[in-house]
Amino acid sequence: MAKMTRGTAVLLGVGLAAGAGVAGAQTLNLYTARHYDSDEQLYSAFEDRTGVEVNVLQGDSDQLIERIEREGEASPADVFMTVDAARLRRAEEADILAPVESEVLVERIPSELRHPDDLWFGLSERVRIVYYDTEVYDEPPLERYEELADPRFEGEICIRSSNNDYNQSLVASLIEANGVEATEQWAEGLVDNMARTPQGGDTDQIRAVAAGECSIGVGNHYYWVRLALSDDPADQAVADRVGMIFPNQDGRGTHRNIGGAAMVAGAPHPEAAREFLEFLVSDEAQKLFSAGNNEFPAVEGVDPVAVLEPYVDYTLDDLNVAVLGENNAEAVRLMDRAGWR
Amino acid sequence: MAVSAHSLPLFTRMALAARRAGLWPLMMAVIALFVALPVLTVLGHVFVPAPEIWSHLASTVLPRYLVNTAGLALGVGIGVLVMGVGTAWLVVMCRFPGQRIFEWALLLPLAVPTYVIAYAYTDFLQFSGPLQTLLRDTFGWGTGDYWFPPVRSLGGAIVLLSLVLYPYVYLLTRAAFLEQSVCVLEVGRTLGRGPWKLFGTIAVPLARPAIAGGAALALMETLNEFGAVQFFAVDTFTTGIYRTWFGLGERTAAAQLAGVLLLFVLVLLLLERVSRGKAQFFHTSSRYRELPQYELAGLRRWLAVIGCGLPVVLGFLIPAVLLLEMSLTAGDQQFGWSFLPYVFNSISLSTIAALAAVGLAVLLSYGVRLAPSPLTQAAVRVSAMGYAIPGAVIAVGILIPLGWMDQQLYALLRGEFGWNVGLLLTGTGFALVYAYLVRFLAVSYNAVQASLTKVTPSMDAASRTLGKTAGGTLRRVHAPIMRGSLLGAGILVFVDVMKELPATIILRPFDFTTLAVRSYELASDERLSQSSTASLAIVLVGIVPVMLLSRAMRRSRPGYSEPGG
Repeated sequence: MAKMTRGTAVLLGVGLAAGAGVAGAQTLNLYTARHYDSDEQLYSAFEDRTGVEVNVLQGDSDQLIERIEREGEASPADVFMTVDAARLRRAEEADILAPVESEVLVERIPSELRHPDDLWFGLSERVRIVYYDTEVYDEPPLERYEELADPRFEGEICIRSSNNDYNQSLVASLIEANGVEATEQWAEGLVDNMARTPQGGDTDQIRAVAAGECSIGVGNHYYWVRLALSDDPADQAVADRVGMIFPNQDGRGTHRNIGGAAMVAGAPHPEAAREFLEFLVSDEAQKLFSAGNNEFPAVEGVDPVAVLEPYVDYTLDDLNVAVLGENNAEAVRLMDRAGWR
Repeated sequence: MAVSAHSLPLFTRMALAARRAGLWPLMMAVIALFVALPVLTVLGHVFVPAPEIWSHLASTVLPRYLVNTAGLALGVGIGVLVMGVGTAWLVVMCRFPGQRIFEWALLLPLAVPTYVIAYAYTDFLQFSGPLQTLLRDTFGWGTGDYWFPPVRSLGGAIVLLSLVLYPYVYLLTRAAFLEQSVCVLEVGRTLGRGPWKLFGTIAVPLARPAIAGGAALALMETLNEFGAVQFFAVDTFTTGIYRTWFGLGERTAAAQLAGVLLLFVLVLLLLERVSRGKAQFFHTSSRYRELPQYELAGLRRWLAVIGCGLPVVLGFLIPAVLLLEMSLTAGDQQFGWSFLPYVFNSISLSTIAALAAVGLAVLLSYGVRLAPSPLTQAAVRVSAMGYAIPGAVIAVGILIPLGWMDQQLYALLRGEFGWNVGLLLTGTGFALVYAYLVRFLAVSYNAVQASLTKVTPSMDAASRTLGKTAGGTLRRVHAPIMRGSLLGAGILVFVDVMKELPATIILRPFDFTTLAVRSYELASDERLSQSSTASLAIVLVGIVPVMLLSRAMRRSRPGYSEPGG
């Protein structure tokens, strides 16, 4: 017992010293679910411009939300940043966000990428696309997400588990477009078409397509970009062999999700938080922010990384991303019922 | 053994004072409550009715969770027992080539976190991985032309988890074999028992508390496993808890699932206890000499080498080589000086947590011995529960009460003194160390407890008759006998904290990154080869204490004499 208090006293001391730093005037405390090494550049660019130092706490979105909630009024969090619309929605439901009034943000970010009452703002876009094996299909084998459930693809499709946020958001968008009943039938059809038990991450699906384990895969676009830009020739070969389909071009557009940020309610440094958010929509920051994970910048007119330029004019589903969060729980249940692991 | 030797005098004084005042049961209840608070907080949700979500779970995913969890526990249980007890017996009782090396090498897989062995092997063995690609290219096979065991499966999870968890059983069982008096074994031999019978009828029953303790650790580690089973595409209760909590947003149902998991663990522990019956195993003789070893010859020698070699090669060497290869070709781009703070953070956290966990474990096990009562027994059971609860659930269980206390402190200090101290408990290392205690007290407690049963009650009685106080008995009689086990307990916790992930991620202070966190951040972003650098570093830092442990264990055997001194 005595040892424990001594031990914790040491750690507590360290914590207090850090706490004092956190409480200083020229700081911004960021809770983020993004973890790209290039984000460091973003923070130092902000520091250079404003003199405000950025303290970072990285973690899983849901757990960061839980933590902010528990820290309550005493929370040091100024800005919360995450990579999935449903998580922003969850933060909103947990009452931990505060609106930011800023003409800059409203002007720069398209309305479907931000919260109707300015509770959060989308900063980059990612699309969930379909991959196919070019050695099996000369032409793209399908044009719409709905076709993934078509019996003609029996035993051909690789997709990851329904535990995954991105699949949950995709299904949430399908619920909005086609209703619960039709989407459940679709999920059942998709489960029948699966080449294997859902496993691994998005990159694993792309690799499985390139290895011939399945001829069609589903994954976010940037995992392909990462393979294409890799130094490893084997990765490049994977990227070369698979083709990409941006589904539903003739209809509502390809499903998109966002990386976004919000000010935390009761933020100790609300001015710095607003400045930081406004900085994130500047041309300079948008480039860094989107390049960190090869995403599409949310602000129009800012170019994505070169390899994505051919795709900037594709039609994306202009459903307000807030809806993805609203339908999330229903989507999970629906996938459970369909037996989607 | 700086740990206990240094702390015992203080501890003894406390023990003495508490004993005089009859405070043991009270103190134990306080400790138990402290450690159980987060678990109880979570379980508090159990009584809130949530029928609708339960009928959804029961009709969809629950049967799968049950089958997978039971299958995984059974498979890993058998795997760790066979590997752990078998190798422990071989290295203690037999002589064969490389036996001295295997003695410590068998502990090495302990340094490999479950998620790391999962990363290393699945990438290597899956359909699109290098091995199967090579096979296809060499033999011209196509999809479906051949069968290869699917690594992402229940079977894969059982094999790979067993390979890194068996050292818990090996460690405790070997210590127990070493602590066994040579007399019992010699009596067995005189009575005409062969080696197999000796093993089955004397050594194993005597070592049973230790074996059960090791297996319980391995099983609880299995049950709360998240990252690895997720990777193996096996849905268990624990992945179900995460999904229900975070995917479905059903906090209550998730806590109830955690309650079911806990019940599962309690039943397991109870079964072991009941099957042991009223039998209690104490050594009544204290003649310790070098144990007489069987000299293995012919085919048996090589079978023994293979038996001890396989777990080390599969559980340590191959993953280490795979990680090394990955980190050399495409490792962490930030590797360099920036890695030092990660290493420092990992080591200092682990050390503090280990000291605290061993201190509490000694208090608790000694308390049960001194004042055995339903209250103290219950206190111990309750405080060891945390090991079976998923780390993220514990973390949330800690955030709820500590967060509340922080609010009160914050309001008080701000209101009364105008100080803005921020979050004293949840914003600092306090919450982290607390979480580790809750998670790993069972580890240190089991080790300490197993070794305390080696001290016969007659020794206590003799010591007390000779005028030693309870504290004096602890220091003069128990401590020398238990030294090795105490060190072992501390090192086990140290290594466990090094590897711990979910609680560390949620509860860590600002800008505070450990090796495990770094490895996870990259891996969760599907940058496996980059995460290999941090994973390798965890393994390397973990090896050092594991080696120390092995050395200390050998020396701690009563009757051990230093060669040449």
